[in-house]
Amino acid sequence: MTAPATANAVQEDAAGHVVTFPATETARAARDSRPLRLITCGSVDDGKSTLIGRLLWDTKAVKEDQAATLRRDSNGKQNDLGLPDFALLLDGLQAEREQGITIDVAYRYFSTDRRSFIVADTPGHEQYTRNMATGASTADLAILLVDARVGLLEQTRRHATIATLMGIKQFVLAVNKIDLTDYDRARFDQISHEFRELALSLGVRQVTAIPLSALKGENVVYDGRASMPWYDGPTLIEVLELATTRSSQTVGFRLPVQRVSRPGESFRGYQGTVAGGSVKPGDSVVILPSGMVANVTKIVTFDLVRNAAVAGDAITLVLDRQVDVSRGDMIVAIDSQPLTGLSFDAHIVALQPEGVQPGKRYWLKSGSRRQRVQVQPASQLDLKTGKWEQAEQLPMNAIGKVHLAFDEQAVFDPYEQNRTTGAFILIDPDTNNTVAGGMITAKRSALGGIHTEDARVILSLPADLADQLMATELFVSRREDAEVRRVSAGRASEIIDTIDG
Amino acid sequence: MPLTHPETELHNPQSTKPPLDPHLKALENEAIHIFREVAAEFERPVMLYSIGKDSSVLLHLARKAFYPGRVPFPLLHVNTGWKFAEMIAFRNEIVKRYDLDLIEHVNPRGAAENVTPFSHGSALYTDIMKTEALRQALDAGQYDAAFGGARRDEEASRAKERIYSFRTPDHRWDPRNQRPELWNVYNGMVRKGESVRAFPLSNWTEVDIWRYIQAEDIPIVPLYFAKKRPVVERDGMMILAEDPRLELLPGETKREEVIRFRTLGCFPLTGAIRSEATSLDDIITELETATVSERQGRAIDRDQSGSMEKKKREGYF
Repeated sequence: MTAPATANAVQEDAAGHVVTFPATETARAARDSRPLRLITCGSVDDGKSTLIGRLLWDTKAVKEDQAATLRRDSNGKQNDLGLPDFALLLDGLQAEREQGITIDVAYRYFSTDRRSFIVADTPGHEQYTRNMATGASTADLAILLVDARVGLLEQTRRHATIATLMGIKQFVLAVNKIDLTDYDRARFDQISHEFRELALSLGVRQVTAIPLSALKGENVVYDGRASMPWYDGPTLIEVLELATTRSSQTVGFRLPVQRVSRPGESFRGYQGTVAGGSVKPGDSVVILPSGMVANVTKIVTFDLVRNAAVAGDAITLVLDRQVDVSRGDMIVAIDSQPLTGLSFDAHIVALQPEGVQPGKRYWLKSGSRRQRVQVQPASQLDLKTGKWEQAEQLPMNAIGKVHLAFDEQAVFDPYEQNRTTGAFILIDPDTNNTVAGGMITAKRSALGGIHTEDARVILSLPADLADQLMATELFVSRREDAEVRRVSAGRASEIIDTIDG
Repeated sequence: MPLTHPETELHNPQSTKPPLDPHLKALENEAIHIFREVAAEFERPVMLYSIGKDSSVLLHLARKAFYPGRVPFPLLHVNTGWKFAEMIAFRNEIVKRYDLDLIEHVNPRGAAENVTPFSHGSALYTDIMKTEALRQALDAGQYDAAFGGARRDEEASRAKERIYSFRTPDHRWDPRNQRPELWNVYNGMVRKGESVRAFPLSNWTEVDIWRYIQAEDIPIVPLYFAKKRPVVERDGMMILAEDPRLELLPGETKREEVIRFRTLGCFPLTGAIRSEATSLDDIITELETATVSERQGRAIDRDQSGSMEKKKREGYF
């Protein structure tokens, strides 16, 4: 095709394919119309820029004047489909254009009739773990891109590991450049099988593998049935349209207090964004860390006094009594409270050249609360093998397990349960820069005893219960810490008796 | 808005409108969160107010974020002296209606050296009357945080802008050295003289802005709606020919056209579009089928590729 890359050309393109959307009216009604945040992982060689460019192009997010600028900057460089160089569309900063690399996280926006999408576009180079962690922190879904001719790479494992650690549970494996394998079905099946094994080892269960050609636009927005009659799965955009957004509505009510609103003597409200669960007038709540108890009388917003608020809502809460509440406190459900304490375990990603230093006192910010913390690295994740190695300090781009020690009571949920109240950043007091992002894994007991680091617990469980526990994300994420033996019931009680004796 | 509301009056009489769709609600929640966070963490915040549609949405969100209190920071309007007359009239009305504190700043160099878009060219004029003027106003107010209505979808260099965008004491932006921003945990720590620009609308697109204006019934400058207006064709743009300071060049003629504006800035640098869109419904329909981006009508973006990035490094919003 030699037609110039205009909106018309795209329409011609579209006309050549049969576009079908299987969703029925009922699916339409049930769909989640909040914007889906996603991250794309892969390298330039995998065709990542082309894939994002294709998504923007085929959803008509690129306008004519932008396309014209693109063609001017391409200096006539066009691919054999007559489309401009998509990488130029994406690489926004001049420094990048000059060097031909992507140096930071960029956000792209496109939408279909059903939903809008926010893409965190992060570079694929090994040293940019920090950018991927940044992009993944807000993402609901990750697209992992591989070249069909090459298959899974070490970086595929690395990207999947980081995305999982950051709490992403939905994955799309985009097997790109399938056209260059002559649409080889066996090749696609083999790659998707390998990836499913990898995903399973990381505890990921929601994986969709799609054979596609970003360059030709097959199975991205328009289906590629003409070239791949053997593939009857969804296109990429169909998967994105039906994906779920993250929601912390099922856990306990959490409101990190951002501000106290006192416009006059008669009104005192606590302003913040609900970080978990829901709340309604009459609910009993606890203010942490003080532990004072109160009841909710009103949920105030600009539009109306509301009957209830759910996770994600920015509200002003009014309580039934005078209690001491200030910025940084957390108002929580009385029957489902977070962890409070002086000592926690966490995963962190080191983001700056100076790394994270043992024993240094950093600022930790979580929600609206900022407090001093001492950080003790314990181990570092080897992204090649997936194993945790002992570590004293964490250089830039390292993912580590650390112990956090606070001067004052800290309040968290495990990140597994709440991606807001379990997340934090570390700020270097010398530079004021953000040096790490972190995710709480557990509370540590400050008293030692059986909760110290070397302590172990031996459980003897029926096999079916053990299998269920071992399938949980928490267990899978720490599989390497556990030793598992399968024995008969008789043998198990012998062993326990030995210990007790 | 009165400072206090007796409890019986907390129910806002405007509440008869239908609830926002989940998409706009999510964007609104995020913006309100950012407003509250900045207001709580910084000593002297200010909100850049340019009178355009994005500023109108920004202001509406600020009022929502702090309700039932007053907006707890002033609005700063950097006036080049070449804004559309209807924009200034609209601004004055809004400030009065919502009981806002407005600070207006005009670069004194503009009057002293008679800097105009005609005499100095768009690039130098923008540099002096917008970028330099903004720096002067921010220095004078010693603001440590300035809200802006920029969106990441507007222009390529904005796509990498943080929500809290760190600026050095001389207001420079270093795109290579931005603070990482994870989740919705924002790092508001700055030294004296340093500041952040905070962008609550980062994740909004142009269509979102219009749909929100419609859903929330937000007042906007009438220039956004199509009407028969006098225009003159210059540098491939249709310029509004109302201001007596606009002198026609040889070969130029004034004519009447049914036009509207997709963005509003300085009238000599802002191109109108031919349009019949007289309502928000019309505008949204027009937008959804538009084949050019909104900044296409802005002369300052077209100087060369990467020109917005250059201006931003120097302190332009």
